[in-house]
Amino acid sequence: MITIQACLDGILLGVLFALIAYGMALQWGVMNIINIAQGDLVILGGYIAYFMYLYGIHPAWGVIISPIIMYFVGIGIYKLVINKVVDRDLFISILATFGISILFMQLMNFAFGADVVLANSGYGTTFLFDNNVVLPNSKIFSATVSILFAICLVIYMKKSKLGRAIRATAQNSRAAKILGVDTEKVYAATFGINAALCGVAGALISITFTIHPYMGLPYTIRSFMIVIVAGLGNLPGVALSGMGLGVFEEFADYILGTEFRIGSVFLLLVLILVYRRFKLSRKREYLK
Amino acid sequence: MKIKNILITFFSALTILFSTSVISLAKVVGDKIVLGAAISLTGKYSSNGVHTQNGYNMAVDRINSMGGVKVGGKTYKFDIIYYDDESNPKRAAQLAERLISQDGVEFMLGPYSSGLTKAIAPVTEKYGVPMVEANGASRSLFTKGYKYLFAVLAPANLYLDVAIETAVELNGGKGVKIAQAFEQDAFSQDVRLGILDAAERTGSEIIIDDKLPKELNDMAATLVKVKQMKPDVLVVSGHTKGALTAIRQIAEMKVDVPMLAMTHCDAAKLSKQHGKNSQYALCASQWHKTLTYKDDFFKDGMKYAADFEKEFGYDPPYQSAESSAALLVFKDAFERANSFDQKKVRDALAATNMQTFYGNIKFAEGGQNVDKPMVLFQVMCDSAGKCENKVVAPLKWASAELIHPIPKWSER
Repeated sequence: MITIQACLDGILLGVLFALIAYGMALQWGVMNIINIAQGDLVILGGYIAYFMYLYGIHPAWGVIISPIIMYFVGIGIYKLVINKVVDRDLFISILATFGISILFMQLMNFAFGADVVLANSGYGTTFLFDNNVVLPNSKIFSATVSILFAICLVIYMKKSKLGRAIRATAQNSRAAKILGVDTEKVYAATFGINAALCGVAGALISITFTIHPYMGLPYTIRSFMIVIVAGLGNLPGVALSGMGLGVFEEFADYILGTEFRIGSVFLLLVLILVYRRFKLSRKREYLK
Repeated sequence: MKIKNILITFFSALTILFSTSVISLAKVVGDKIVLGAAISLTGKYSSNGVHTQNGYNMAVDRINSMGGVKVGGKTYKFDIIYYDDESNPKRAAQLAERLISQDGVEFMLGPYSSGLTKAIAPVTEKYGVPMVEANGASRSLFTKGYKYLFAVLAPANLYLDVAIETAVELNGGKGVKIAQAFEQDAFSQDVRLGILDAAERTGSEIIIDDKLPKELNDMAATLVKVKQMKPDVLVVSGHTKGALTAIRQIAEMKVDVPMLAMTHCDAAKLSKQHGKNSQYALCASQWHKTLTYKDDFFKDGMKYAADFEKEFGYDPPYQSAESSAALLVFKDAFERANSFDQKKVRDALAATNMQTFYGNIKFAEGGQNVDKPMVLFQVMCDSAGKCENKVVAPLKWASAELIHPIPKWSER
């Protein structure tokens, strides 16, 4: 039973992380920017849901309101900072987003205070297998919403005009520009969509876990890892690697103990990178 | 270029002159005793930093308005220089250095949290500046042989000691099975050491011993283990995040455990954020307003709480109460030393033996307060869903009877 519980816990957690990673993969692929402020956007999204909860609106509505607000926050950040670093060195963009991250942390601390907060959804609990497996409904809700948003996004990317323009820019921005794609607009929209996804994830996190102005970095790191494992431009891979890492984490927790949980995930990351390199080096061809 | 050099030299000279003139500013100016404090007004400890500052200010106003401090036949008033340490230990140490060597402060009040106190203590010790602190409970602060550090609060290892003893007592003196999950930081690990001691002393067995990583806010795995192994007591300590996460997930996963003991319920506003789900949780606290300690300045806990609420608009958490007590200790020590000589004040502090509204204060060799036990309160809710914290142990101050074992979720 513990195996089933660990698997389900891991999958529900992983899907949520995958949603954040999905946004990161998207803008990394399109704009070649590693967004260190990803986690802080998530937390900001969480605060939007939390404030709705404070004013008596059910926090689940945050899943709709928060991405709308966050989309515009994303566009704002793009216009103010990101558009100045988008074609520059990767290092510059890391520095710039690191700066945004610090700024966001301090601003959130200033505006919302340093208390740890959460929004209560009031959802109950689902018991399976004779009460041996317990799943909080809030986690099931958050996983379902994450999957729905991911599916919508995939369809949007495939079918819509903007989606096609985003994909074209990701493949080759110069060629896309020559063929009449307004890449500037595409970049802004991509960053906005990423922020909106963070908004959804944040609202879900405020319902399932807790939020705090300084809690963003773990989400950035986790989504970074998921993207690294899945590879850029591999959206189904992001979902799978998110769930895989989630399950791996839960098992590590049961078997090795909570203190080794994060460490074992990092160890897995190193192993995957070494394995990849090994595979690549075997494929490498030399000109003689 | 030449003019530029001359200008630079001129301004450097001015700066040096200015800084030396600052050094000559002393701690006791006119009728004021100037204390220094680095407090977290921004950053992750800012909520508790503000509680600390409010506690200090409340006591300064009260002591000043009630006649101040009498030393050598003259009356002095307290004044505090505050700096914001940004919740950063390095910054706190720098600011302590600045307070002492630039602002000329000769007596210090502590910052918020064990980590920051640990950063400041070596500095105050180096300069021989007596520091009374109210928010650093880590045991390691009191084992380093510091001579100028005094803490009005009970050390961290005693936080949940009472809970284990109560559980054993309720079990007819037989040892109990303990499950524990502690965050990996200095404070929580000290609380853990206290539980290990208590377990050994009472013949209890620790069946789950998880260390929660700092960045984690999911403890589902630990709780699944608790469900499987059915301990008698579950102990959790991980600051406010740990308390909130534990209550949320225990309620969601319907984990039944006869006793649940935690730290930081006050700071986490458990009963407000979780309502009835937090019911029956036992919380360790340095102070509670219903305790019946008394002094001349604040009368008792209830009066203090009422005055504090009038002034700052919220019920005082124990962080504020203990901070206020630090000032009372300083006043008492100055008057007994009858001098501003740091050595004499230090000796007077070491000989402190007094009662304040916050509790009895008497320092051990290491500087920790050994005369004030921790209290345990239990979150109790009425049928309308209004929850309140009621002191249940030690029995001497109990305002309600401990509800044990916690009713099963299926029966609530």
